[in-house]
Amino acid sequence: MAVYLVRRLMQALLVVLAMSIIVFVGVYAIGDPVEILISPDADQLERERAIRALGLDLPLWQQYLVFLTNALQGDLGRSFVFNEPALKLILQRMPATLELAFGAMFLSILIGLPLGLYAGLRPNSAASKTIMAGSILGFSLPTFWVGLMLIMVFAVQLGWLPSTGRGETCSVLGFIGLQPCSAGLQWSWLTGDGLAHMVMPAINLALFKISLVIRLTRAGVRETMLMDYVKFARAKGLSASRVTFVHVFKNILIPVVTVVGLELGSTIAFSVVTESVFAWPGMGKLIIDSINVLDRPVIVAYLMIIVMMFITINLVVDLTYSLLDPRVRLENKGT
Amino acid sequence: MKTKNRRGRLAASAAMAALALSAAQASAQTATIAVGAPVTSIDPHYHQLSPNNAVADTIFDKLVNTDAQSRNIPGLATEWRAVEPTVWEFRLRPNVRFHNGNAFTAEDVAFTLQRLPNVPNSPSSFAVYSRPLTRIEIVDPLTIRLHTAQPYPLMPLDMTNVRIIDKETAENATTEDFNALRAAAGTGPYRAVTHRNGDRIEFERWDGYWGERAPFQRVNYRMITNDAARTAALLAGDVDLIDQVPTSDLAKLRQDNRVRLSETVGLRLIFLGLDFQRAATENSPFVTDNDGRPLGRNPLRDVRVRRALSMAIDRRAIVDRVMEGAAVPANQFLPQGVFGFVADLPAPAYDPDGARRLLAEAGYPNGFRIQLNGPNDRYINDSRIIQAIGQMWTRIGVRTAVEAQPWTTFIGRAGRQEYSAFLIGWGSNPDGSHPLRNIMATFNAERGWGASNRGRYSNPQVDDLLAQSLTELDEAKRERLVVDAMRIAMQDVGVVPLHIQTNIWASRRNFEHTARNDELTRAQDLRPAAR
Repeated sequence: MAVYLVRRLMQALLVVLAMSIIVFVGVYAIGDPVEILISPDADQLERERAIRALGLDLPLWQQYLVFLTNALQGDLGRSFVFNEPALKLILQRMPATLELAFGAMFLSILIGLPLGLYAGLRPNSAASKTIMAGSILGFSLPTFWVGLMLIMVFAVQLGWLPSTGRGETCSVLGFIGLQPCSAGLQWSWLTGDGLAHMVMPAINLALFKISLVIRLTRAGVRETMLMDYVKFARAKGLSASRVTFVHVFKNILIPVVTVVGLELGSTIAFSVVTESVFAWPGMGKLIIDSINVLDRPVIVAYLMIIVMMFITINLVVDLTYSLLDPRVRLENKGT
Repeated sequence: MKTKNRRGRLAASAAMAALALSAAQASAQTATIAVGAPVTSIDPHYHQLSPNNAVADTIFDKLVNTDAQSRNIPGLATEWRAVEPTVWEFRLRPNVRFHNGNAFTAEDVAFTLQRLPNVPNSPSSFAVYSRPLTRIEIVDPLTIRLHTAQPYPLMPLDMTNVRIIDKETAENATTEDFNALRAAAGTGPYRAVTHRNGDRIEFERWDGYWGERAPFQRVNYRMITNDAARTAALLAGDVDLIDQVPTSDLAKLRQDNRVRLSETVGLRLIFLGLDFQRAATENSPFVTDNDGRPLGRNPLRDVRVRRALSMAIDRRAIVDRVMEGAAVPANQFLPQGVFGFVADLPAPAYDPDGARRLLAEAGYPNGFRIQLNGPNDRYINDSRIIQAIGQMWTRIGVRTAVEAQPWTTFIGRAGRQEYSAFLIGWGSNPDGSHPLRNIMATFNAERGWGASNRGRYSNPQVDDLLAQSLTELDEAKRERLVVDAMRIAMQDVGVVPLHIQTNIWASRRNFEHTARNDELTRAQDLRPAAR
């Protein structure tokens, strides 16, 4: 187990290192941040000052060394745009993204699992066919379009929900009354207004995942129902619900857990479209804005965090496997 | 079924009306504005960027403020004049207080001017406005004199770009202190009470303001960068004012009686830059003959070719069809009414036959091939404009390939003179010398001229007139020099002007907004509509 974890950690460091080099070279190849950030009014003197101020006058390899030295001391650099530590900017935006991602995951499991289970157990009923047809829509409709439609229908036409943005927020400690709401990490699921603002973006983000979970669950159920041990359980005279929820359900969970885990990662990392349609001030919006102005420190720091996150999630998924299925041995899966 | 449906709709609209009514009552004290471009800092001297300047103008004042048409009006200075050719004197407004109660004096002005070049890590500083100063002389607490090495007529204009901060509060303040609002005490009509980076800023009325009292107790200033989402937020009633109204929504919004548009011709010219870097006998990178072989010469150095290219563009059609009317055709940088506007320089008439004749005269009876480059995410409808121009040029025999790229990759290449012809825009200060100096003047790092002259146009006559104008303190004489220089540069087709954009805002019907030609979306320009 320990060997396995250490090996995983080494891999993570290598990936992070390679990624930071790619970002440095990539941003350098795309263009010059100063050209984009500087006011058109600026004369040549001012341009040179800006280039020096952002440390872009050094050769690329030297810039990278400076970055590496600082990174080893825990400083991932300051944003060119905001003049604040890149890490701080990202961490400020993280709660907004996390709550949206977890909200979407929660919805996808809450809705996807039962529907998928139903569709798997009664594959020929009209309801199942409707569910499966719906899941195709969920897969194929583009996120930005669905987002805009949600806004048009529920905010503009019906006026039930706020159209965009994050609502009121509160910290956990503030929620239980230990300190003022505005102190600490801000979460919007702790306030009614915040929840109302969360509904549409979370549904928009969840739509694809709900469909995914439905299809995975259904396929798993259909396959498992034909297995000998299920037949045997039935033959033993166990109740239908016991067969379904103990014998079948547990066995279909492995692929579902894998996919949900990986999807969680990609939801956190790449909810860019939903965040920009709903003006949701999360990390996705930060990264796309940063890419547009070549704010290299933020891009690097963001990708480093995302790489670490994916590695952690994969690890957790592997650990969950071994809990769900005793046949899986972690030591054999290191590579 | 049908009646039921109608009844349902009636009930819904009644509910909507009730909602709208209660919203109107609540909003008498609060207004919400949604802007399309993110504000990157509250520090007014950190990043020279329009969205930042708009917020800074809400919180801070300048010695010289500007009205909606960018004319100078008294701000923290009540009057100003050049007491000597190299000395400007500003008389300061008495009894002005910062948001923290501190009194405003000449010390604050001096401190502000000294801070401009010393903001660490600034990606685009305001140092250019303090550079001409050789000495700052505080005559008394309400009089300050700014000394320059040479006569400097642009001093009042420069001062419209410098937001005055409180010396006591900001003495050792960093940009982070401003962003956290610890140091963001200004003298403006609203003070910032909340700042969430890239998301929103909340303002509260400053009751001690020296000017007209702000109409709202509270203003929420939200950043919604997605165009469709911004319009939807307005239609849903979540926000009361939006800026950068997408041209594709204009027709619909004009008909919507819940919405009121406010618009004015702006200061941003969209134009084509041409390659002057290569001599007449060299090849321009994206120009070839009709068979794709090098031409052996740069046709863009021939004024007849440039005129032909300009005459071949149907500006009216671009404005009407591509821009949905949200622009005016132009043949110079500034719109009518602005200092340096050339009255006898109308937008060129669309004349494809004349263009063909000029091309033949220049030795290209069968035209040539060219590639037109441009950004696809920077200016309103930028990529569609270059597509339209590509077709118009092809019609006169200049077979045009069009390539649109993201701004991040485009601008670097344009700055390295890698293109033959490219679309770009320029937002002017309201003074003709500004675009002349930055775009039409010969590139010269020592003088700081032509910094955005990406085509490397160069005309000694223009440089000469500009140099004279920059030390001319008599405003009438100076305007004549600027106008003459602009006329020469434009008749020489140093760039191909296309149109000046119209700036458009949309508000809920019960709000009224004053459109500004400098594109700034400021909280103080929004009022409840008069009943």
